[in-house]
Amino acid sequence: MKTDTLTPVLTDNWDAERSWTLASYEGRGGYGAMRTALGPDFGGPDAIVQAVKDSGLRGRGGAGFPTGMKWGFIPQDNPKPKYLVVNADESEPGTCKDIPLMMASPHTLLEGVIISSFAIRANHAFIYVRGEVLHVIRRLQRAVQEAYLAGHLGKDIHGSGYDLDVVVHAGAGAYICGEETALLEGLEGRRGQPRLRPPFPAVAGLYASPTVINNVESIASVPSIIGNGAEWFASMGTEKSKGFGIFSLSGHVVRPGQYEAPLGITLRQLIDLAGGIREGHELKFWTPGGSSTPLLTTEHLDVPLDFEGVGAAGSMLGTRALQIFDETTCVVRAVLRWTEFYKHESCGKCTPCREGTWWLVQTLARLEKGEGQESDLDMLLDQCENIMGRSFCALADGATSPISSSIKYFRDEYLAHLTHGGCPFDPTASTAFAQTGASA
Amino acid sequence: MTTTPAKIDTVTLTIDGVEVSVPKDTLVIRAAEQVGVQIPRFCDHPLLAPVGACRQCLVDIPDAGNGKPIPKPQASCTITVAEGMVVSTQATSPVADKAQQGIMEFLLVNHPLDCPVCDKGGECPLQNQAMSNGRGETRFDGVKRTFPKPINISPQVLLDRERCIVCQRCTRFADEIAGDPFIALVERGAQQQIGIADGAPFLSYFSGNTIQICPVGALTSAEYRFRSRPFDLVSTPSVAEHDSCGAAIRVDHRRGKVMRRLAGNDPEVNEEWISDKDRFAFQYSRQDDRLTHPMVREDGELRPASWPEAFAVAARGLHAAGSAAVLTGGRVTAEDAYAYAKFARVSLGTHDIDFRARPHTAEEADFLASRVALSMDVTYDDLERASVVVLAGLEPEDEAATIFLRLRKASKGSTKVVALAPFTTRGLGKMKGRLVPTAPGEEAEALRALAEDATTALDSGGVILVGERLAQHHGALTAAVELARTTGARLAWVPRRAGDRGAVEAGCLPTLLPGGRPVGDASARVDAATAWGIDHLPDAPGRDGNAIIAALADGSLGGVVVGGVDPDDTADPAATRAALEAASFVVSLEQRETDVTRLADVVLPIAPVTDKAGTFVTWEGRPRPFDAVFSNPGSLPDLRVLAGIADELAALGQGSSLGFRTVPEVRAEMEAMGPWDGVRPEPVLGKEPRKPRAKAGALVLAGWKQLLDQGSMQDGDPHLAATRRPAVALVSPTTLAGLDGAVDVVLTGDRGSVTVPVEAAADMVDGVVWLPTHSVGRGVLADLASPGSTVTVKGAGK
Amino acid sequence: MNHPAPDRFTENERALTQQTWAELRQIAARYPEARSGLLPMLHLVQSEEGRVTPEGIEACAEILGISPAEVSGVATFYTMYKRKPVGDYHVGVCTNTLCAVMGGDLIFERLKEHLDVGNDETTADGTITLEHVECNAACDYAPVMMVNWEFMDNQTPDSAVQVVDDLRAGKDVHSTRGPRLCTWREAERVLAGFPDDLADEGPSAGPASLVGLGIARERGWTAPGGKAGGRTADEPAAAATGADGSHEADRQDSEGAVQRSDADLKHEDDAQGTEEAQ
Repeated sequence: MKTDTLTPVLTDNWDAERSWTLASYEGRGGYGAMRTALGPDFGGPDAIVQAVKDSGLRGRGGAGFPTGMKWGFIPQDNPKPKYLVVNADESEPGTCKDIPLMMASPHTLLEGVIISSFAIRANHAFIYVRGEVLHVIRRLQRAVQEAYLAGHLGKDIHGSGYDLDVVVHAGAGAYICGEETALLEGLEGRRGQPRLRPPFPAVAGLYASPTVINNVESIASVPSIIGNGAEWFASMGTEKSKGFGIFSLSGHVVRPGQYEAPLGITLRQLIDLAGGIREGHELKFWTPGGSSTPLLTTEHLDVPLDFEGVGAAGSMLGTRALQIFDETTCVVRAVLRWTEFYKHESCGKCTPCREGTWWLVQTLARLEKGEGQESDLDMLLDQCENIMGRSFCALADGATSPISSSIKYFRDEYLAHLTHGGCPFDPTASTAFAQTGASA
Repeated sequence: MTTTPAKIDTVTLTIDGVEVSVPKDTLVIRAAEQVGVQIPRFCDHPLLAPVGACRQCLVDIPDAGNGKPIPKPQASCTITVAEGMVVSTQATSPVADKAQQGIMEFLLVNHPLDCPVCDKGGECPLQNQAMSNGRGETRFDGVKRTFPKPINISPQVLLDRERCIVCQRCTRFADEIAGDPFIALVERGAQQQIGIADGAPFLSYFSGNTIQICPVGALTSAEYRFRSRPFDLVSTPSVAEHDSCGAAIRVDHRRGKVMRRLAGNDPEVNEEWISDKDRFAFQYSRQDDRLTHPMVREDGELRPASWPEAFAVAARGLHAAGSAAVLTGGRVTAEDAYAYAKFARVSLGTHDIDFRARPHTAEEADFLASRVALSMDVTYDDLERASVVVLAGLEPEDEAATIFLRLRKASKGSTKVVALAPFTTRGLGKMKGRLVPTAPGEEAEALRALAEDATTALDSGGVILVGERLAQHHGALTAAVELARTTGARLAWVPRRAGDRGAVEAGCLPTLLPGGRPVGDASARVDAATAWGIDHLPDAPGRDGNAIIAALADGSLGGVVVGGVDPDDTADPAATRAALEAASFVVSLEQRETDVTRLADVVLPIAPVTDKAGTFVTWEGRPRPFDAVFSNPGSLPDLRVLAGIADELAALGQGSSLGFRTVPEVRAEMEAMGPWDGVRPEPVLGKEPRKPRAKAGALVLAGWKQLLDQGSMQDGDPHLAATRRPAVALVSPTTLAGLDGAVDVVLTGDRGSVTVPVEAAADMVDGVVWLPTHSVGRGVLADLASPGSTVTVKGAGK
Repeated sequence: MNHPAPDRFTENERALTQQTWAELRQIAARYPEARSGLLPMLHLVQSEEGRVTPEGIEACAEILGISPAEVSGVATFYTMYKRKPVGDYHVGVCTNTLCAVMGGDLIFERLKEHLDVGNDETTADGTITLEHVECNAACDYAPVMMVNWEFMDNQTPDSAVQVVDDLRAGKDVHSTRGPRLCTWREAERVLAGFPDDLADEGPSAGPASLVGLGIARERGWTAPGGKAGGRTADEPAAAATGADGSHEADRQDSEGAVQRSDADLKHEDDAQGTEEAQ
């Protein structure tokens, strides 16, 4: 199936005048899919679930779980109210697609929320957005307000008999709240520590009621699926990773930014579109899906960026957060900083993450300063083995990814710190303003 | 009582190659224990919901029961068994073993090397499991995170935050079991710690349990800190002596001194929890005022005497007094109570005996004789299974803490708790209970109304618990009995003291002989007399406590033998004191110097519970025998002292020997005498006593003793005392509004005035003021008002 | 008796106003279960008190019927809740790996030195609180600085110094992708769910967010069935009318799209099939 290299759908209206307003959104056909979905001829909630299943949409928040299947887990014979929760807590380092989406076109998300809530028969939806993005929250609040005024939210939406209330809920700074059960805890007004599963959120989620939690991009994709059809969506992407996704390029490329493309595009293609690595430099290492995904190198430029391809390369597609680092970047410095991030964000519930990240940082910091010895590398790997898969949630697993993959591909660079008695790299050389000469 | 066990579904799985069948929904970690495999753990606790936080209990599951392995090691405390599951623990799986060792190494990364100065050393699950499931050396040589230590999270509980491994047992207990979420996890990551809110210490009646279940030395007792090492201590199981719940405790002692008490494990009674009073209130017998030798009064002054002399003087005095009565108090063991009951009849020839050292009535005596003696209708487990539990005259959190915990547990299931009380107490709220607003004096009517109340829907699946306070309101106990009869609900009486129920069984009532034998029944009298080897027993009932006091005062009674009785607990403290003064001869059996010993003619020191074997009977009717903790031959139980006096009286020609000197001998005699299987009398409700006229604007006084107050058995532990709830008068919002912003009130009743802070309870019945009865001064009965009377309220202080 | 470590909340002189109590209750009432309101309620406390105070904690506890300890647990878990008073402008410099490498470390060092404060400290005049922050989801604009949680993209040490100097001098400073900056307390109020009127300020998106779209426009790339160059407001789509009959048009469109993709599918079997590609 040959589609264009870039396929703007979610980003398609970001260059429209005042794209965040209802007027602009509806002027381009927005909320048409909602009317279709809620209308008498589409086939009702079950038809919507089926359409999403048929589209092959997989969760865009990193895990890639088939969205329609997740919706299908909601037990409709359960007497408790159902809830839709949008995970807008985008905090995975390198990930920057949901924030601009909600900033530029919150109505895309909102229309998706309405259709998705209708599909799972929820009358309450919550958008849990991280608190550190004030203007995004303003735009979301405004969009919800406009939607109520236009009758897209509230009681008996457009005579469909369907009621829906949406609450925009600001978080308060915790990466762990991107984990769905920790998010539910935060949404319930508690410390954001993950919950035991089972029971799964589909059966007992928010307020111990059946709940679907989906990423912003997943929900935002729903209107286009309903509007254009499941087959249209499935015509993009690869066999097992259907559809389009927003690929976020950052770091040492000439044009960092958002590139919306069918799943399966390669990094080589993306870097090419982004104007290449910055002048005079070459690619050294990169993350396919944020810091929690193992690093990849120049070896992997032609790996199709879909779930299977990246998995086969020993990493994970994650959130398509492509952080690109050239040869001026010290891998050890990068990994140490990510490890400090995980230590800072560890919720503290389980031993291996809480104590493990504390220890990993100290070991790495010593190595970065040129202290310690080569056997520390093996100790680091052993610590990672004792953490990976042994913790309560995947945060700790993510913490081990940069360490184990960097030692795999750049062991010599670690050793160079030891022989050099410190970092042999010049930290100013990697800065964005290094070449322009902006002073430090 | 036997029940056929319900059929339970079982699941069969294989653990380390051993097949085992366990009930469905069993956790893998429990199932492993069945085959003798101890998987190391910290956050897991059988009575708390699983969290899977510490990750120490990781096991390998090569087959989840569906033919497929689970790829990652799993926390066995969160996995329930599945048919055909195959589990490999550290015993057979190198992966599980390495995973566990890894976790142990992580736990010791930030854990301080405090063992030499840590109370938990020697009984520490972290130490033990580090030895059994950890490596010998750590590879961590970095910097540990530190906190200033220790800090008080309550006057009683100290926290060393560095030691905490964040297993959350304490916060889960406080929240799930006690309903007191005053400790919580604060901060994040490696800085995560247990904390309290500013100015809101961990004041929970059950805080001490967190010290016991903490798997490291993070939570320690302020009273016990640095006092001893567990390997110095001898543990003796015993029974808590502070209420009628019969909680199992463990007494840890060293060289003749009790160092601390822990909860014992008794799933049928207190599970693994005890109140702070049960845990910490044991210093009373070591106070300076402890009596160590007998004393007799000579020329107006008490002087030391030997036991033989004291016995002789006591006997002579009682004999000379002509007639004498017995007030036992409620602190007695069943065996001691039996001895008092027999002494009264055999040595003094009287039925003038009463164990009730608090306000009481004839209606209550009838109730006890007809409905309580020999009954075992309700158990703790019944509370959990009941559809409804009605509380009348009983506030479990203050008055029967073990019942409270069980009711709270039950209320999380389908059991509904309904309380007849003047307001919703904290305890009732924690049980999600419903209040039937009842002012003191309205209990009888409220109970009658419950029969028709559709919301309560009381039927044979329900239970009615009545407290001893109900006796103060005419007709209430009778109404409770009637309510049970019409609805089919089961009724149980919950007294306050450990010995109260046993005293009923032992016949310490003017209308009741041992084993439920009614004094009014001729064949019962003959039966008892025969068992005791005496000719006959008086056929008229004796005087109850009130009548004994009155008779001592007016001279119709000459002598009295008094056990553990505090005049300030009685219906009229001044009258009690005057009566004892007026009596011609007073023999006091006591542990410590009191107002009674100070005016007694003979003072005979008796053993505290640590020094004697005995039995307490719980409110259920369940006997709770215990052995002596210490061997102190000079410390005599009441029964031995009474036997000594009886022998001397017999030598004077009055009565005969009691025929026993030791606890085993008494037990054997009680067993031989056995329970009465004859007819029990129907209670007769007498005329309602005249109520004193209420002054205009007066409020009806309600109250009970809080769990922690000025009770003498709580003496000696200032840390415990500092956790008492403050003494505050509670009124309705309307009444408070009428006080114009006053922060204190002066309450004036027919016995005096007290000044206390005042607050409103949101649903307090208008016209009622509630005050804890023994938290201020000498208590409400002594300082303020007669039982069931009213007080006037005046604001004071702004 | 030992006292708890004095490293946390210090005393606040004023009690919360009636209005604040009412607004706290209002927040709690937005949710099916009141406790859900706690996070926004604490934001409101911060907007009133400049930080999370013991009074604020007790008010939240009382309104929600939970213990102050439980509220403290929440207030100390999330990094946006501050216990020391925050200045008018919270300046957050991202020092997560990508931004750090791209210059965030240098910017943070420079600001610390220039403002003479350490991490999470406030300048003596109470205007700026400086903190290093984690990834704020603007990596294509690295190095990123946030001021009261508004984006200040593509910073350099010099530009960052300029921003804080302007703020301290009382000048109007605009977010690179948002409105004129408001105060930290004003921002916290919006986070509590009380909107201000600034949603319409600022662009749809910054340049980096539009890079991919721009290239697609240039090269005429669209999603299947789409018009090259994208639709504009002048070209209403078939389904925009909102009448119930609109879905007919929708269905036709999608059928057309399906037909086109059927034809496209054939190219998978075609070894040379690249005509449809750019």
